[in-house]
Amino acid sequence: MLEYVPKSITNFFLEVYGLYGFTVAYFREIFKRPFEFKEMIRQFFQIGNKSLGLVSITGVIIGFVLALQSVPTMSQFGAVSLIPSMVSIAIIREIGPVIIGLICAGKIGSSIGAELGSMKVTEQIDAMEVSATNPFKYLVVTRITATTLMIPLLVIYADAVAILGGFLALSIVGDETLYFYFSKVFSALTFSDILPSTIKTFFFGFAIGLVGTYKGYNASRGTESVGVAANTSVVVGSLLIIIIDMIAVQITTIIS
Amino acid sequence: MDKENDTNIKQISKEGIVIEDKNVIEISDLKLSFGNNAVLQGIDLEVKKGETVVVLGKSGTGKSVLLKCIVRLIMSDSGKINVLGMDVLTLNDKELVKLRTKIGFIFQQAALYDSMTVRENLEFPLERHENLDEDEHNKRIEEVLESVSQKESIDKMPSELSGGMRKRIGVARTLILKPEIMLWDEPTTGLDPATSREISYLIVKMQKDFNVSSIVVTHDMSCAKIVSDRIVVLKDGKFIIEGTYEELSKSDDEFVKSFFEEV
Repeated sequence: MLEYVPKSITNFFLEVYGLYGFTVAYFREIFKRPFEFKEMIRQFFQIGNKSLGLVSITGVIIGFVLALQSVPTMSQFGAVSLIPSMVSIAIIREIGPVIIGLICAGKIGSSIGAELGSMKVTEQIDAMEVSATNPFKYLVVTRITATTLMIPLLVIYADAVAILGGFLALSIVGDETLYFYFSKVFSALTFSDILPSTIKTFFFGFAIGLVGTYKGYNASRGTESVGVAANTSVVVGSLLIIIIDMIAVQITTIIS
Repeated sequence: MDKENDTNIKQISKEGIVIEDKNVIEISDLKLSFGNNAVLQGIDLEVKKGETVVVLGKSGTGKSVLLKCIVRLIMSDSGKINVLGMDVLTLNDKELVKLRTKIGFIFQQAALYDSMTVRENLEFPLERHENLDEDEHNKRIEEVLESVSQKESIDKMPSELSGGMRKRIGVARTLILKPEIMLWDEPTTGLDPATSREISYLIVKMQKDFNVSSIVVTHDMSCAKIVSDRIVVLKDGKFIIEGTYEELSKSDDEFVKSFFEEV
């Protein structure tokens, strides 16, 4: 019976099963000693600090462009004063988390996939295992934990920078002051805007780390597989972010 | 008691190295297949304390797979592997970790951790398995680097090292935990003849200085000649013949002869 199922479909379900197994292993290992704090902190630095530049530039541009593009349309309705509220809600709820998530899937996911893939190909992971160190704990648990905790921080930071970018745009085309801009921003935002969008970024981070480590850790032998691991980490990671976002929006809508 | 031990010790000729009549590795009827490809089809092997056994065989015949089975990087389908009195196939995770600290595995390409300096590569296993104070810690690192003549490489990154230097650091990394057994996967592959010879003599030095037992997987006959106390030849998933280098060099078997023709 199974021979009639196309190989692509079988492979898809095998991948899903593999990711499920990896997730179970992650939660099984994360509470066991040793906790590899040194490597964890190194990963926080690699993932968080080293992404700050990219995230800052992206954030400013998102806010700037969004505000600038809104001015002609909003002015037709005499609603230019609503732009700060619109920009902040759009960025906090959707644009900030999704765009920063996708950018991190590209930068961090591919780098994790390539790093672990090349370690696999050059037998470094095997070397770790035979030197009686648990490579899953050292390489996988630390990276997934770091992405899960750092992506939300990067998104919060990018949201703040993007809102500032919106102010820059409005201050260039109009006479918006910083005080009035931010008073409109904060009066528009509620707790129910910030909390769900922050929660979903933890899932984005988890997905990016999970896919990157899974693809790298399971790279088949050969240098070609390093490229494949990096590439598929980005593709699958980005796809998962879109799917998680869709589910999160549905849940938020139902709850609210 | 001492007398009893003395009777169990056999002196062999190679540079006066002592081989005890006590098996540290015992493998019997080991079988392993990858799909329809039967790689190991009933391997039997015994390695004595202090002995160096060379596994000869053509590329892709399962020599490296055999080494990986010994440290359970690959799980065999059936058979028995007993290392230092422990049944490798039935060990739990904790016991396996304990056993692996007593085995040094030298990979074909050394497998140094790219993102770490030489010092960090050596510290990696040391920090996890030994509780040493700072002085002892540094002393141990210096000692192992000294034993492979690479003291000056301590702060270098693996990318700054040549093939031979990488191999030596790989050896130092395994020596740091003072293993009783060393498994060498193609130690001279990709090296020039002079460096290959240096690595071969390094294997002998390890045997002499630390009394380690070794299995050396290779198809480099010059290396086999220098390091081997005994050679076993792998063909079609089984050992077809064993003996010393001199004994095998006189063999009439065409397959065995083909290895010696290149020397």
